[in-house]
Amino acid sequence: MVSDQKPLGSWSVKQGQIITCPAVCNFQTREYIVVHDNKVLRIWNNEDVNLDKVFKATLSAEVYRILSVQGTEPLVLFKEGAVRGLEALLADPQQKIETVISDEEVIKWTKFFIVFRHPVLIFITEKHGNYFAYVQMFNSRILTKYTLLLGQDENSVIESFTASVDRKFISLMSLSSDGCIYETLIPIRPTDPEKNQTLVRSLLLKAVVSGNTRNGVALTALDQDHIAVLGSPQAASKECLSVWNIKFQTLQTSKELPQGTSGQLWYYGENLFMLHGKSLTVIPYKCEVSSLAGALGKLKHGQDPGTHVMPRFVNWETPQGCGLGFQNSEQSRRILRRRKIEVSLQPEVPPSKQLLSTIMEDSEKHIEVEVRKFLALKQTPDFHTVIGDTVTGLLERCKAEPSFYPRNCLMQLIQTHVLSYSLCPDLMEIALIKKDVQLLQLCLQQFPDIPESVTCACLKIFLSIGDDSLQETDVSMESVFDYSNSVHDEKMEEQTEILQNGFSPEEDKCSNCDQELNKKPQDETKESTSCPVVPKRAALLNAILHSAYSETFLLPHLKDIPAQHITLFLKYLYFLYLKCSENATMTLPGIHPPTLNQIMDWICLLLDANFTVVVMMPEAKRLLINLYKLVKSQISVYSELNKIEVSFRELQKLNQEKNNRGLYSIEVLELF
Amino acid sequence: RSTSGAEPESARARGAGAERGERREGERAAGIRCVAYNNQSNRLAVSRTDGTVEVYNLSANYFQEKFFPGHESRATEALCWAEGQRLFSAGLNGEIMEYDLQALNIKYAVDVFGGPIWSMAVSPSGSQLLVGCEDGSVKLFQITPDKIQFERNFDRQKSRILSLSWHPSGTHVAAGSIDYISVFDVKSGSAIHKMIVDRQHMGVSKRKCIVWGVAFLSDGTVISVDSAGKVQFWDSATGTLVKSHLIANADVQSIAVAEQEDSFVVGTAEGTVFHFQLVPVTSNSSEKQWVRTKPFQHHTHDVRTVAHSPTALISGGTDTHLVIRPLMEKVEVKNYDAALRKITFPHRRLISCSKKRQLLLFQFAHHLELWRLGSTVATGKNGDTLPLSKNADHLLHLKTKGPENIICSCISLCGSWIAYSTVSRFFLYRLNYEHDNISLKRVSKMPPFLRCALQILFSEDSTKLFVASNQGALHIVQLSGGSFKHLHAFQPQSGTVEAMCLLAVSSDGNWLAASGTSAGVHVYNVKQLKLHCTVPAYNFPVTAMAIAPNTNNLVIAHSDQQVFEYSIPDKQYTDWSRTVQKQGFHHLWLQRDTPITHISFHPKRPMHILLHDAYMFCIIDKSLPLPNDKTLLYNPFPPTNESDVVRRRTAHAFKISKIYKPLLFMDLLDERTLVAVERPLDDIIAQLPPPIKKKKFGT
Repeated sequence: MVSDQKPLGSWSVKQGQIITCPAVCNFQTREYIVVHDNKVLRIWNNEDVNLDKVFKATLSAEVYRILSVQGTEPLVLFKEGAVRGLEALLADPQQKIETVISDEEVIKWTKFFIVFRHPVLIFITEKHGNYFAYVQMFNSRILTKYTLLLGQDENSVIESFTASVDRKFISLMSLSSDGCIYETLIPIRPTDPEKNQTLVRSLLLKAVVSGNTRNGVALTALDQDHIAVLGSPQAASKECLSVWNIKFQTLQTSKELPQGTSGQLWYYGENLFMLHGKSLTVIPYKCEVSSLAGALGKLKHGQDPGTHVMPRFVNWETPQGCGLGFQNSEQSRRILRRRKIEVSLQPEVPPSKQLLSTIMEDSEKHIEVEVRKFLALKQTPDFHTVIGDTVTGLLERCKAEPSFYPRNCLMQLIQTHVLSYSLCPDLMEIALIKKDVQLLQLCLQQFPDIPESVTCACLKIFLSIGDDSLQETDVSMESVFDYSNSVHDEKMEEQTEILQNGFSPEEDKCSNCDQELNKKPQDETKESTSCPVVPKRAALLNAILHSAYSETFLLPHLKDIPAQHITLFLKYLYFLYLKCSENATMTLPGIHPPTLNQIMDWICLLLDANFTVVVMMPEAKRLLINLYKLVKSQISVYSELNKIEVSFRELQKLNQEKNNRGLYSIEVLELF
Repeated sequence: RSTSGAEPESARARGAGAERGERREGERAAGIRCVAYNNQSNRLAVSRTDGTVEVYNLSANYFQEKFFPGHESRATEALCWAEGQRLFSAGLNGEIMEYDLQALNIKYAVDVFGGPIWSMAVSPSGSQLLVGCEDGSVKLFQITPDKIQFERNFDRQKSRILSLSWHPSGTHVAAGSIDYISVFDVKSGSAIHKMIVDRQHMGVSKRKCIVWGVAFLSDGTVISVDSAGKVQFWDSATGTLVKSHLIANADVQSIAVAEQEDSFVVGTAEGTVFHFQLVPVTSNSSEKQWVRTKPFQHHTHDVRTVAHSPTALISGGTDTHLVIRPLMEKVEVKNYDAALRKITFPHRRLISCSKKRQLLLFQFAHHLELWRLGSTVATGKNGDTLPLSKNADHLLHLKTKGPENIICSCISLCGSWIAYSTVSRFFLYRLNYEHDNISLKRVSKMPPFLRCALQILFSEDSTKLFVASNQGALHIVQLSGGSFKHLHAFQPQSGTVEAMCLLAVSSDGNWLAASGTSAGVHVYNVKQLKLHCTVPAYNFPVTAMAIAPNTNNLVIAHSDQQVFEYSIPDKQYTDWSRTVQKQGFHHLWLQRDTPITHISFHPKRPMHILLHDAYMFCIIDKSLPLPNDKTLLYNPFPPTNESDVVRRRTAHAFKISKIYKPLLFMDLLDERTLVAVERPLDDIIAQLPPPIKKKKFGT
């Protein structure tokens, strides 16, 4: 927002006069130019205060726009379609201005480019629902007229234009009243300037804005691949600024503008300017280099399958036996070259090729044998890429043949440690469909880059899968310690466990909420000391606890989990917490147990996401009270620790003072 | 007794004195307030909260080669170098001062009539000086060859100007005030922009937001640091905020930008220093952005000031440490400059000792303390601490009059004379000892030429007093009974006014050696009152020197850790010194990072030289072979039970002990007694105001 910034300068015309053309800056002379009352030109600079006293020129025809870009003199476009350079016009303001466009033809939009250091002006006119484009080249003084064909949807009205330019074409983008963006390519060098040519437009983006909004629609091209659109995406929704990637047809980002806009949008120097409510809003936006990974951010499924570009698997690691770092690039280039040769010449079938061909047709059993063979060979230079290609091949076949599911193969491939989620997103998708918890657990353990939505989908399955079906699976129990062992000692240990953590119900002042608890103390002990889930489920949940996540992305997905599952998970976490607090180091037994921080973070996350639901559930009441007390006890522990720290510091001071008394000493030191 | 000789007892006065800090007096260690780096001379000026200004020569192993004593009423708030390596400071007394780096005094002080001065900046050309005052005025001064001349005021602001920065072209100036930053046009002196700084701090609105520092870059960006913990980037052309980094929960107090404008450093009240660098957005892209790259935590307290040399980040603050953190990517060879440096202790001697009466004189900023060492009747073996039969006595507490800090002090060997000097006065006292009582009598009527001494020394028989004055002259004064007589003054060679900072006298009283900050060492014949010789000039400043008894060899230690031995009678380096230079010192010896501050000799062991720096003391035995780079330099004193063969094989000329550290002073009292003064860092820290509290548990 720039509303709190003060303007650097402000000028106004006399009452009764109307500014009819936006003021522009002449970059060559650092002057401003504005037109009022259609024909009166005013030129001034920063030092001028009164617009009335500055240079004035009255022209013979009405001006549509003054156009100015850096590096060239401004142009004046008249309403009748004629164009003049500013200098030439000022030399003789009253010169005759010819009429270029026909009667009833109205200029709708215009833009001024520099192409190969030559100015090019384009303007669009409309007459009875037909659109025409004029391109004026200034080096050759050629004006070319094109008729824009609207295609099948003849009666749509074009709401807004924008254009970008590359070497050969001006890409004219138009936002139609049907909410779609169309693109028209206009050649910069006309093939035959004399003939009236027609141009066809092609659909670029569908349903970007709602078809029936009338005001506040605008678009502007940011670079070759990005456009910004102002308007409401759906009929009822608020107005929105959205940036689209046209290369990948994806929504890059969007921002709601609740106070409404006026349908004006500019992009200048990596900033988007727009009117929002009564203020001018500036949003800095920089187009990143358009990449698939960047485009995958939003509306992933809306992607056109045709444009889906599969990234090649690249072997980033130096092949073994390769020496110093600076050789890497050469080495990899050599590999690439060799791979190319393999593809083109196929001197003999290498094992990797053979494997890939096996995948496509053979039976699961056979594939497994082949994969095992290949893995035994191990580190060939293109090991990574072959593994990647193999998994992709397998998954493609899985999708094509629903009965095909080479589970053992996949498990083996995951265990090579070279795969990641982004290399084969389909893998977990298929595993989720098949409810293969074992594979999912393996993925969670191996992949560093699982998106939060997928983590959450895994969690859902882990919580909802029946105990009986869990029995059949063979999940890794590494992270689970057999908690049942310690149950016997529980009664004796209970008191100390609680005290160690500052958790002492006697001291608790919240006696009201305690009452219910105290009724059935026996029950409570049982509840908190026996694991609420079977060990196999615990192992799966531990895999979730170990996975990396970002809170912001995880929270919305956590809301989708049914309340009883949330309570179950919370109970389990609470159980883990109690187990943790049993020993002084606050750790769980076992080889790779969840840490206290992970447990606490997940408790907080679950409560944050589902508090309103959980608080309404009678069966979760006790759990919530327990958690409340847990938090309270933690706070008191921390405050105690802080107190102890202060006491220690005082002791240290006393100690120092004591040492100071021995300021002087005589010691024996043997030197010679 | 071992075959190798006596075992000196060491009287260890733990932390009994140091220049700064003595709890009884409530005299706090003076924290660092400003640092200013001069690229041309590679020197660093440092000012402290007590008004002391020190100059470090970064090319000479960070040696503190000059210092200007502090003054109670002169709290410096700003320090800068102008063209021609002229040093200026400004402070809360409202004056701008220029320092004479040759004569080591203050050239002049100019009142700017704007109330306390909070900030000062030299124009990029180095010819103009801008100060920001309490009353909101910004005043421009022209630097003339011998003074400064007020030129004009800029538009007056409504509150104090805490920071100033020139645009590298010299056309504009950014000024940080309370709650806003102003951009001035230098030509017209008018404020063209006022950029309001957000008071919000972590969502809580603070009362005020103080802009502690600003930096103006050549592309027009103004970087500000403020009390709300923010580092902000402003576009000075439009007066708009471009980017904001919240980096601390407390004040960000200082900023310094590299000359290439590709990196800058900020210091926070939490003791953290952050490095920001201008790095490409993606590799190979020409577009760059400022990224916070490295945090450093070398301080416990507020980092009041930072500087950016081409190869290092320099920071200083309330905790009194000066930290020089090299930027490894800028350091080409692994040498002295590649190591982190933390300078805590002064590079000069503040303690003198009366061997005959076993007294120690400690010099503080505003007082002197005289202590008598304790004694014991017990004996013990190596490493024992003996029970005291008499503890050390605090005999005398001599407080200076006036606001000036003490420059130097000395007690005579016999203990009957004490002399000290401030900038404007020289004091000489005669002490009388009657049993346990001592009486003190000031020698009055000091001659006018004895006004400001940089170094004082008594001859060994206490009959002569040598005074190095700040005018470059060396005075010899005859002492007898309670009176004194001016004998002679060695005037500096014509054309030079370089002050002498170090003095050494031979035990027979015939020779006097004097050294300045850069020129060589001069040796005078005291009997004939004429210059005897000048030791060949060496590139690095002298840190300590002493004349050996009997041989009259002058031992000189330089800041690059070289030690020379020069025979005064022969007017040439001794053979041993030539051998050492030919073979070279051990690389670990050369890599030590504190200078040698004191050299002494054992009266019965002419082959031994005793010297110490802040972290070790060393006995050089000239009769033993020199260590080469393959031998272990720090071999602890060999145990006596080892056979002679082993001892001889492992022994080399350097016997180093690190038992006592930080070591401020060490000297031989007699053949068997060594006195060492330590100053534990914990004691200094304990006297500082508590640092910003950070919670250790629970966040």
